[in-house]
Amino acid sequence: MPREGWGSNLHTETRMWLDPANPQLNKNGELHHLLSLEGLPAGVLRQILDTAESFVGVTQREVKKVPLLRGKAVFNLFFEASTRTRTTFEIAAKRLSADVINLAINVSSQSKGETVLDTVANLAAMQADMFIVRHAASGAPYLIAKHVAPDIHVINAGDGRHSHPTQGLLDMYTIRHYKGDFTKLRVAIVGDILHSRVARSQIHALTTLGCPEIRVIGPKTLLPADVGRLGVQVYGDMREGLKDVDVVMMLRLQNERMNGALLPSAQEFYKYYGLTEDKLALAKADAIVLHPGPMNRGVEIDSSVADGKQSVILPQVTFGIAVRMAVMSILAGN
Amino acid sequence: MPVNPLPDAESLLASLTDRMRPAVGPATGLVGIYTGGVWLAERLHAALGLKLPLGTLDVSFYRDDFSRKGLRRNVKSSDIPFDIDGCDVIIVDDVLYTGRTIRAAMNELFDYGRPERIRLAALVDRGGRELPIAADFVGAEVVIAEGGSIELHRDAAGRLGLELTHGNAHVA
Repeated sequence: MPREGWGSNLHTETRMWLDPANPQLNKNGELHHLLSLEGLPAGVLRQILDTAESFVGVTQREVKKVPLLRGKAVFNLFFEASTRTRTTFEIAAKRLSADVINLAINVSSQSKGETVLDTVANLAAMQADMFIVRHAASGAPYLIAKHVAPDIHVINAGDGRHSHPTQGLLDMYTIRHYKGDFTKLRVAIVGDILHSRVARSQIHALTTLGCPEIRVIGPKTLLPADVGRLGVQVYGDMREGLKDVDVVMMLRLQNERMNGALLPSAQEFYKYYGLTEDKLALAKADAIVLHPGPMNRGVEIDSSVADGKQSVILPQVTFGIAVRMAVMSILAGN
Repeated sequence: MPVNPLPDAESLLASLTDRMRPAVGPATGLVGIYTGGVWLAERLHAALGLKLPLGTLDVSFYRDDFSRKGLRRNVKSSDIPFDIDGCDVIIVDDVLYTGRTIRAAMNELFDYGRPERIRLAALVDRGGRELPIAADFVGAEVVIAEGGSIELHRDAAGRLGLELTHGNAHVA
């Protein structure tokens, strides 16, 4: 966290080139950092999704690479472990021809007592062009974005319970791919909303893109107290909540966050909120099922659904690379 | 505003088609560059009765001005629906100018495979090359004033037309 008297190589003056109301955007309304989907205009979201569509073609070619970020250094700064997210960012950066440096900081400098900003300042001195930041503390990517030089871009790869914008974007890409127009969709988000940065990102993006009906389904203990303020409908009963929806977005039950006795047991959660074939049958016949991974089979989702014909969980992974390529190339060009 | 002094795009396309006809065969793959080049390539593809399906390129990911201009909005998907390896490719673009777009297009094509040969067809060659690139088939050479620009348009009926945005032009 910030402290007084950090080095002179850190840029602590006002971010003149950024929009003070939304420090992700520059004065022209273009994306400079990607920190959260909250407050991003629909035009920016659509630009990312459209660009990603062009990158999907690239990933199917013989040479799965374009030269856009040739010579740029992308640092994966993972203060919290996440092999899967780090790998998809690494693949995306490599397919843009960037040089990728992976740093698992919880096991190196942090354990030696270096602050986050000292770490970032040192890496910036190594001519970094982009930081991909994963941190257990909400807001950490904002802190870093606030203190980097104007030619460095920051992407939030998940911060605490706050936000996971690229996951939200790849979910939007997947929904658009299978369902087209957002303005006719009924979407259900199911599970541990309280601890989920993914759910927040999804709700913001769906709202911005014009989705008229967003339902959140989960036990009261796993719903944030202010969930109604996000403009969603709240359901305690999954069977009621899934009725006639077009899209079912499952969340991972955060086992590692389950120490606070919020749930009696994983078995009981499965009984009431696990997505089984008979519960899915209540949704529209052509409804799609999304999950951000990694899945807890038999806890929030049944194997027959996860591997069933309505599941688009693996396409989500493929689209995720194209979406991250789009975000990186748009940022690097702004 | 001066009266549009540019030649008629439809008659240029007709003469371009005539010039290309003796030079194409069953192994010829046509690749149009977005947006104007794709319109032309669609027409050429039909008129020349080519066997291989039409390819399209959006060279945005290969442009050399990315670091200065960033990524253009509305990037289209490139699509090469035939095997580039050993193929006799003709790239089609509307206006040949600096040659940088063509360089980007060639770089992109090589990421699909190794073509046997690449040739270039352009509706209009306006000179001003910044790279050693020349067209094999041209509708007309046009000289326009520095700072001017020529654009291809397509109306609702599918008719093509050229438009000058600044400066004067004459057909060389």
